[in-house]
Amino acid sequence: MFNKLTAAGIAAATLIGAAGAAHAGKELDAIKARGALICGVGTGTAGFNLADSQGKWRGLNVDVCRAVAAAIFGDAEKVKYVPLTAQQRFTALQSGEVDLLSNNTTWTLTRDTALGFDFTGVTYYDGQGFMVNKKLGVKSAKELNGATVCVAPGTTTELNLADYFRANKMQFKPVVIEKADEIRAAFFAGRCDVYTTDASALAAVRVANVPAPQKAEDYIVLPEIISKEPLGPVVRHGDNQFGDIVTWSLFAMLEAEEYGIDSKNVDQMLKSDNPTIKRILGVTPGMGKALGLDEKWVYNIIKQVGNYGESFDRNIGKDSILKIDRGVNKLWTKGGLQYAPPIR
Amino acid sequence: MAVEALGSTPRVRVVPWNDPVVRGWVFQIVVVGLVGALAWYLVSNTMDNLARQKIASGFDYLGREAGFEIGDTMIEYSPASTYARAIWVGILNTLRVAVLGIILSTILGTFLGIGRLSPNWLLSKICEWYVEGFRNVPLLLWLFLFYKLISEAFPGPRQAISTLWGSVFLSNRGLYFPVPMADPIHKWMAVALLVGILGAIMQHRWAKKRQEATGQPFPSISAGIGVALGMPIAVWLAAGAPSSMSWPALKGFNFEGGTVIQPEFTALLVGLVLYTSAFVAEIVRSGILALHKGQSEAAAALGLSRGQAMRLVLLPQALRVIVPPMTSQFLNITKNSSLAIAIGYPDLVASINVTINQTGQAIENVLLIMAAYLTVSLSISAFMNWYNKRISLRER
Repeated sequence: MFNKLTAAGIAAATLIGAAGAAHAGKELDAIKARGALICGVGTGTAGFNLADSQGKWRGLNVDVCRAVAAAIFGDAEKVKYVPLTAQQRFTALQSGEVDLLSNNTTWTLTRDTALGFDFTGVTYYDGQGFMVNKKLGVKSAKELNGATVCVAPGTTTELNLADYFRANKMQFKPVVIEKADEIRAAFFAGRCDVYTTDASALAAVRVANVPAPQKAEDYIVLPEIISKEPLGPVVRHGDNQFGDIVTWSLFAMLEAEEYGIDSKNVDQMLKSDNPTIKRILGVTPGMGKALGLDEKWVYNIIKQVGNYGESFDRNIGKDSILKIDRGVNKLWTKGGLQYAPPIR
Repeated sequence: MAVEALGSTPRVRVVPWNDPVVRGWVFQIVVVGLVGALAWYLVSNTMDNLARQKIASGFDYLGREAGFEIGDTMIEYSPASTYARAIWVGILNTLRVAVLGIILSTILGTFLGIGRLSPNWLLSKICEWYVEGFRNVPLLLWLFLFYKLISEAFPGPRQAISTLWGSVFLSNRGLYFPVPMADPIHKWMAVALLVGILGAIMQHRWAKKRQEATGQPFPSISAGIGVALGMPIAVWLAAGAPSSMSWPALKGFNFEGGTVIQPEFTALLVGLVLYTSAFVAEIVRSGILALHKGQSEAAAALGLSRGQAMRLVLLPQALRVIVPPMTSQFLNITKNSSLAIAIGYPDLVASINVTINQTGQAIENVLLIMAAYLTVSLSISAFMNWYNKRISLRER
């Protein structure tokens, strides 16, 4: 009896102790103590987050994780990846299972507030589109009345879809399956007339996932983009210092592109006379200290991950199989929306 | 108190910490206190954490607009409905598949169990293979298989297989068939059906009593079916036999009109029934084998046919062994129906998962799921316990 009681007491004390430690409120301290960033990514969309044949994660979202690790540790490899479905991701972030979510998550008011998160920027300005089989002869999303639509659950996509059909006084039947592979399989088997998700993911699926003997050319993406989907990294509300680091890691990649700093010329750029470049690369100190990081934080990001343009081209742009146009994701100087506040 | 009752031997005065009664009470109070403190700590800690992370809490969201569409609903639902309604749709979908699954797997399983005991070598072997095949592969794989079979094997809606003079259509969108147009008389037909069933039960009791008293049998089963079905048909005829039908027809992408059994529902139901009936078969077989061989020999000596012996002598006695483990199988069907999420049938878990994702309130929603399954499962248990008591052997 006494033994049992002691055990219970110890168990209770341990629980309280463990909970107390987790509440220290310093995400950054925990990450540093652990020696690795835990990053929640998607379960597999080519170009954004996909493990390659060696099991190494690659993609635009993955590069954000690597940039944050490079800023904190000076080593972009110090990341543990946790693949999460659309439904698992928020609980995983809320509960502290991951430090950072970089998972094609759309920035919305509810998620920024009621879910207890902070969005730290936009890695990709996207919008929701529709893909159909060419044989249906559909030219516009306005012709989709009565269609059966494949959609992933727990996404803004699911809500936009319902809104769009309501607004246009059309009917549809959803087929909702959680795993990305399963929902695509159902679509390609003809269970649905339409597959809807972010236009970038549609492009990726069309290139990478159409099962033989069907071909990418058998499917078309309809011209309508029915929503705004600003996709970006998400952190828990609370540790602003960590939030700032994630924010400015992405901004650093954009600033570097704007000032022509890339992974190949970054070492020469260290000798640049331009005061802005000197400040960005930490030759003139101060920026790293303000964030609580090493002064070479931007240097490490650019050297190991590259600037935003390099990452875009390598993963989803002209150097990848997806060949997605930069479109609105061009820098503001080139007529796009990507605009980073100055590092000063 | 029990201690008082032992009063015949005078109690020895001891110091309180050596008194087993006092010590027992102290320990119990301490344990209850610790458990209470732990519970209080966990709850308050959670509330505190949610508040600190600015995560919304409470059940207010249930009244808000859900905003998502559900593909298979038994009641009126649109994206403009509330979260509460969406969850209710999910509960009804879970109940639909669970109730049908329980009924069908009981029937199929009973036949398989009896079949396995058949002296016919082929029949008993087929039943054995069936049982071993189905219960040794995880249910999830069966669900994937049936779903893939339906969505891959059947043609698209424009090439649908049409039978019965173009009134029934089978495609990868499901099985479409005509239904009568909604008519106010249907409500009264349902009432008549209930009255008919009640009448059939009373008639069956009367027939049983008469047979016990006079030995004269009465075809109470066929008469009962006649009464139960005759009542609503009589009401329908009395109302002038309204017979306008809603016919399915290809319009645009899909069929419109009629009604549909969707592939997700079919795959889930077929999977649950085929899988669970293998377990039911074994339970039925064990129940029958638990009876003494003398029972079937005695039934044969009385001149009962094999069917009569099974129905009148063996099964009623075997039920005592069969019912308690059947309760577990019924609970399993109900809980296994949550695997629906893998193949996209919109059950309770699916509705709640989407709700969790849109509102971020995981704790409240998980509590709702648990409450819903607990209610259903405890109801099944309570009913089965009542039934078990009713059929248990009464010793006189």
